[in-house]
Order: sequence, then structure tokens, then C-alpha cells
Amino acid sequence: MWRRFARTLIDGPATERAPALPDRAAEELARAIEASARERLGRSLAIRQVDAGSCNGCELEIHMLNSIVYDLERFGLKFVASPKHADVLMVTGPLTRNMHEALLRAYDCTPDPKWVVAVGDCAANGGVFAGSYAVAGGIEAAVPVDLVIRGCPPTPVQLLEGLLALLQAADRPRPKPRQASAPGAI
Amino acid sequence: MDPRIEELRALLGQGTAMPCRPWAHARLDRPQWERLLLLLAADARLELLSLWAEPGVVLCALRHEEEEEFVLFSLACPDGTYPALSPLRPGAVRFERMVRDLWGLVATDAVDLRPWLDHGRWALAAPMAARPARREAPPAPTDAPQPAFLPVEGESLHQIPVGPIHAGIIEPGHFRFTAQGEMVARLEQRLGYVHKGTLGLMIGKPARAAATFAARISGDATVAYSIAYARAVEAALGVAAPTRAVWLRALMAEIERIANHLHDFGFVCNDAAFAFIHARTGLLREGVLRAAATAFGHRLMMDRVLPGGIADDLTLLGPDAIERALAAIEAELPDLIATYENYASLVDRVVGTGAVSAQLVARFAAGGHVGRAASRGFDCRKSPGYAPYDALDFAVPVFAEGDVDARVRVRLAELQESIKLVRAILADLPHGPVLVPLAAAAGEGAAMAESFRGEVFAWVRLDESAILRGAFLRDPSWLQWPLLEAAIEDNIVPDFPLCNKSFNCSYSGVDL
Repeated sequence: MWRRFARTLIDGPATERAPALPDRAAEELARAIEASARERLGRSLAIRQVDAGSCNGCELEIHMLNSIVYDLERFGLKFVASPKHADVLMVTGPLTRNMHEALLRAYDCTPDPKWVVAVGDCAANGGVFAGSYAVAGGIEAAVPVDLVIRGCPPTPVQLLEGLLALLQAADRPRPKPRQASAPGAI
Repeated sequence: MDPRIEELRALLGQGTAMPCRPWAHARLDRPQWERLLLLLAADARLELLSLWAEPGVVLCALRHEEEEEFVLFSLACPDGTYPALSPLRPGAVRFERMVRDLWGLVATDAVDLRPWLDHGRWALAAPMAARPARREAPPAPTDAPQPAFLPVEGESLHQIPVGPIHAGIIEPGHFRFTAQGEMVARLEQRLGYVHKGTLGLMIGKPARAAATFAARISGDATVAYSIAYARAVEAALGVAAPTRAVWLRALMAEIERIANHLHDFGFVCNDAAFAFIHARTGLLREGVLRAAATAFGHRLMMDRVLPGGIADDLTLLGPDAIERALAAIEAELPDLIATYENYASLVDRVVGTGAVSAQLVARFAAGGHVGRAASRGFDCRKSPGYAPYDALDFAVPVFAEGDVDARVRVRLAELQESIKLVRAILADLPHGPVLVPLAAAAGEGAAMAESFRGEVFAWVRLDESAILRGAFLRDPSWLQWPLLEAAIEDNIVPDFPLCNKSFNCSYSGVDL
């Protein structure tokens, strides 16, 4: 362990190694998020992830955002444990009928203003699972969606790009508080 | 010769032989099914691997532990019932609940017949049955029946309900803890939240088109699922995948195993407050995923394995990218393992925590790291075995302690075996085509593939135009989830995340 600490003194921390994002575009994107988060929101965005039926592929990639390679928190974006602490619900999966109520409740627990990001092709419109007896459709079948990040699953870089788009959208006038779909309205 | 194995073979001969390959499949009549139950009662070495159904027919997959015999039995259920297996094999409980929810077939004398996947929120009852019943008034999302939990009696007990939405970035499921102070008296799981009706979507599709769904039953094991499914289809059709494709499949499967074992190792340490190891394994895992993207065009290698071979050959840059990722792991892993072993606070959390006995593991026939951490050495790459593993030299690490630490050690040892396997595969990669067309023929096939979690079992039935008429994919977690309930008993509530991560069962894989 001490050897490692010593080596870190020479190498510098992995997070600051910009090549951790090898793609130049991603590097710029990362800087852009940082700038606009500060300018436009003047605060950080707290994200609550909700799996509403995914195959868990999307979760694997969302996890990587928290890794030292992408280190999401340096942009002021961080994952929180409760929807009550969240500004953004990041929802994956086709919306299964068995998760419909849980998602509605999580949405209702999230204070306004709030944004919903649908992550993955399934969250967009049910994806390959659309039409199943057990699937209500995309996330929009239950809650209003502000942004869709496509991909099966989207890569961490695509997820970062999507979050940038969200920050730009957040620059527009705040959305009026909305109601989730009324029970039984699907 | 063991008289009981003789009896098993006799039963196979007496039933109607079904055209399944390569596993023998006998359709039994009711008296023969009753004799099968007697055999299960008499011979503990006969393991239940899976239980599922088709409209009006129940099927089970068994393995004889000593003889390494893998067989299927089925029973037509014209009255919608079949004699239960759950009094004899506890692993059958959730299968029987699932069979009733999806196909409407009821196990008589079953241990537990509460609904499992069906939360009363679908418009159909028994959606996979020949004629599913339409529910009169489909329930509103917020108006579904409350689940019934098993009663717990005793003094000073309190309940802690957790989920379906958990605090981390993980899949949804409900855990009902009954605790006495900090001590867990019972955990009951209630899953089914991510049931997508995947099997129903597969039926009626051409075998190759349905591979998309097999790849999405559990995304973290997408390669292993695709291999199990492809091998079952190929067996049913009598088609052989090209040798190069078979080797590249194994290459992908081992890369998937390396990435997932790194992930799990990091997460277990993270739950014991060792974020440092988690941070480093995350970095190494990212290297593996990028190498996979370079080599196969997708970070998780989803949809690369198809019935008949693989979608695309390995790229020219692939081998170097893979070698770089492996070299980075090898350079750092000894350090990380030393850290894991040398910190008393970490050792204190993982050693002796969440222990599962070898007897219990054997009764449930749990595979993967759950089985191998508790003396059950089953690995389907060795037995029944499949190409190219028969031509490769690797060890299957087995530990006896059955605790969180043993499950971590199984992963660490397998990780190192997989690195060797990847190198051996790259060194000996045969040349040739990677995809052959599928014949259009009727047939039935069964196969397994070893995922990072344990063996994935696949069974398919195809009609004359190679359209899928029956399918079942069994996640290894079916037989591991119930053991998590046992592992946490008499442990403290705060150790649950640690136990859970050390199992890392799939929710989507069992919810289907």
C-alpha cells in the first residue's frame, strides 16, 4: 500500500490523468459539462438511478460513470441514494408492469424541479421488449421524459454526452411541476 | 454399477424418447413420474438443475453428480397438475411458483405455491399457457394485491422492508428482513419486478432472430447466455458452428468473466469501506471493456454470438488490445490481493461472514462461485464439457469455507485462470469461417455454458422451419438466490450488502 502511495506521488492521481478519457471529444465534453453546470445551474445535480426493468446491461455502464476513469462527481453530477435527494431520475429498462407503481412512487418522491432521463433503447420505447404482456412500453408510459440517451447499452461517453444535453435543457425556463400519469391511465 | 443409476437409465428407456440432443429426454406417464420422485428421494446425488414448462407439459433437467449424466424428463399434464418436486428438492420451490405463474400448471403437494413472477399486474393470467386467461379488469399500476410473506414468530422481532428500488445502482427486488436487534432472523426475497415476458417474445421467432432476446436475459452475462442458446439451437438442428467461431466464443466468454470478476471483487471491498480496491478494479475493468470494444465492436460483446457461429471475426487490432488489458491486470492484481489479505479491518468483515454450508449448497445444486466456495466443484466447461475447453488446460478453484471471503477467492483464482485461457486461445486460434447458415429442421436441443456466475442452461424446441416453439433459459441465480436467504441468517443487518455483493445474483436473469 505504501509503495502505491509513493508511486501515486510520482504518477499523480488517476482522475486527473485526462487520458483516462482517451477520446478528445469526450475530454472537451467533460470540460463543457463542468462549465455549464457552474454557469447555468450554479449548483450540482443529484441523480437517482431507477431500474424499471432493464436487463442490467445499462447499469453496468452507468456504474462506470462513477469509476475513477470517468469520475462523474468532478462535474457536480452525483448519484444519490434516495429520490427525495434527487434532481434527476435516470431510468433504465423497458417499463415492466411490475415496476410501474414503484417508478410512479419514486417520481412523486422527487422534489420539483425534476428531470427524467431515459437511458437505453428499452427506456426510449420498450426496445426489443415492446409489445410483451409484461411491459407497459418506454419510461414515458409512466412519467414525462426530458431526455433520452439511446444505446444498447449506451457507453459511458454517450451517457456523459446525454447529461450535457440535459444541462443545456436545464438552461431553458424551468418546467412546470408535472403530474405523473394518473393511475390506470396507461 | 450403482443400482440407482441403473434405475434412472431404466426410467429413461421406459419413457417415450423425445428427439432431444445431446441430452436424453424421456416423456414419462404419471406412474413413471412418481417413480422419478422416489428415485429423487432415494438418491441425493441426483441434482435438480431446472424445472420449466411448455403449454400442458412440465419438464425438468437433472444431473447425476457421480456419473456425470445429464437427462431431461417431462410429463404431460392434461388436468393442469403434476406431482411436485419441491418436497424432495428445495431448489424446485421457485421453479414451481414460476411454472404456475407463466404456464398455469400447478404442482400438487408443493411446498409453496404463492405467486412469484405474477404480481397481479398483467392483463393476462398464465401468459405462456396455450390459452391464457384474460383478467377481467386489468389492475391499475397502483392497485395491485399486496404480497403475503411467511410468518415469523418470536419476541422482539421487527421487520425491515427494502426495495424494490434499492439505494445503489442495482436491479430492483424486495427484501423483507425480520431482525432481532441487529441480528437477522429471516430474510425473504420477493422478486419478479423486472419480468419482461422475454420467453414469450422468443416463441414464434426464427432461431437466429430470437438470439437477441437470449442476449438480454441478463446483460452482464450476455456472452454466456448467447453461447448456451446458440449451442442448444445448433444441437437441435444438427448444425456445427465453425471451429474458429467456437474458439472466439470462448475468448469472449473468458473476457466477460474477467471483467465481471474484477467488478465483483471491487464491489465486495467497497462494501467493506475499501473504496481503494474498488477504484483500481474499476480502472482495470474499463481497460477490459475497451479491449472488448476494439476486438469485437461492443464493450459487453452483446449480439456477437449467434446460432451458427459468431456475427463478426476478431478485428486485427483486437489481440494487442486484449493483451494490453491483461498485462495491466497482471501488473496490479498481486498488489490488490495483498491489500485484500493484509488489512485486518477488511479481513474482519469478509472472513466467516455469510457462510453457507456445503450440504446446503449440494441440496440446491448451486453452481458458480456460490457452489465452488462451498466444496461443490461443478463447472460445465469441464463436465459435460464443450469445445474448445476440452483442448485447453485450466483449473477450477474450489474452496470449502462457504463465506464471503471464499466467494471472493474463487473469483480471484478464476480471474487468473481466465487470463491464462485468453492467452492460450489467442495463441492457438484456428483459421476459417466464423458463421454457417442454419438448416431448417425440426428438433429439440439442450446445452449449458459457464457464465461468470455459474452455468447457464438453455433448452429449445424448433419446428420444421426452425421457428422457436419452446424455449427456456435458466440463470444460475435460480439456485443461488435461496442460499442468500440462508447465508444472512444470524448475521447482522449491516453485513447484508457484503453478503449480497459476494453472491451478486441476477435479478433480470431469474425474473425473465
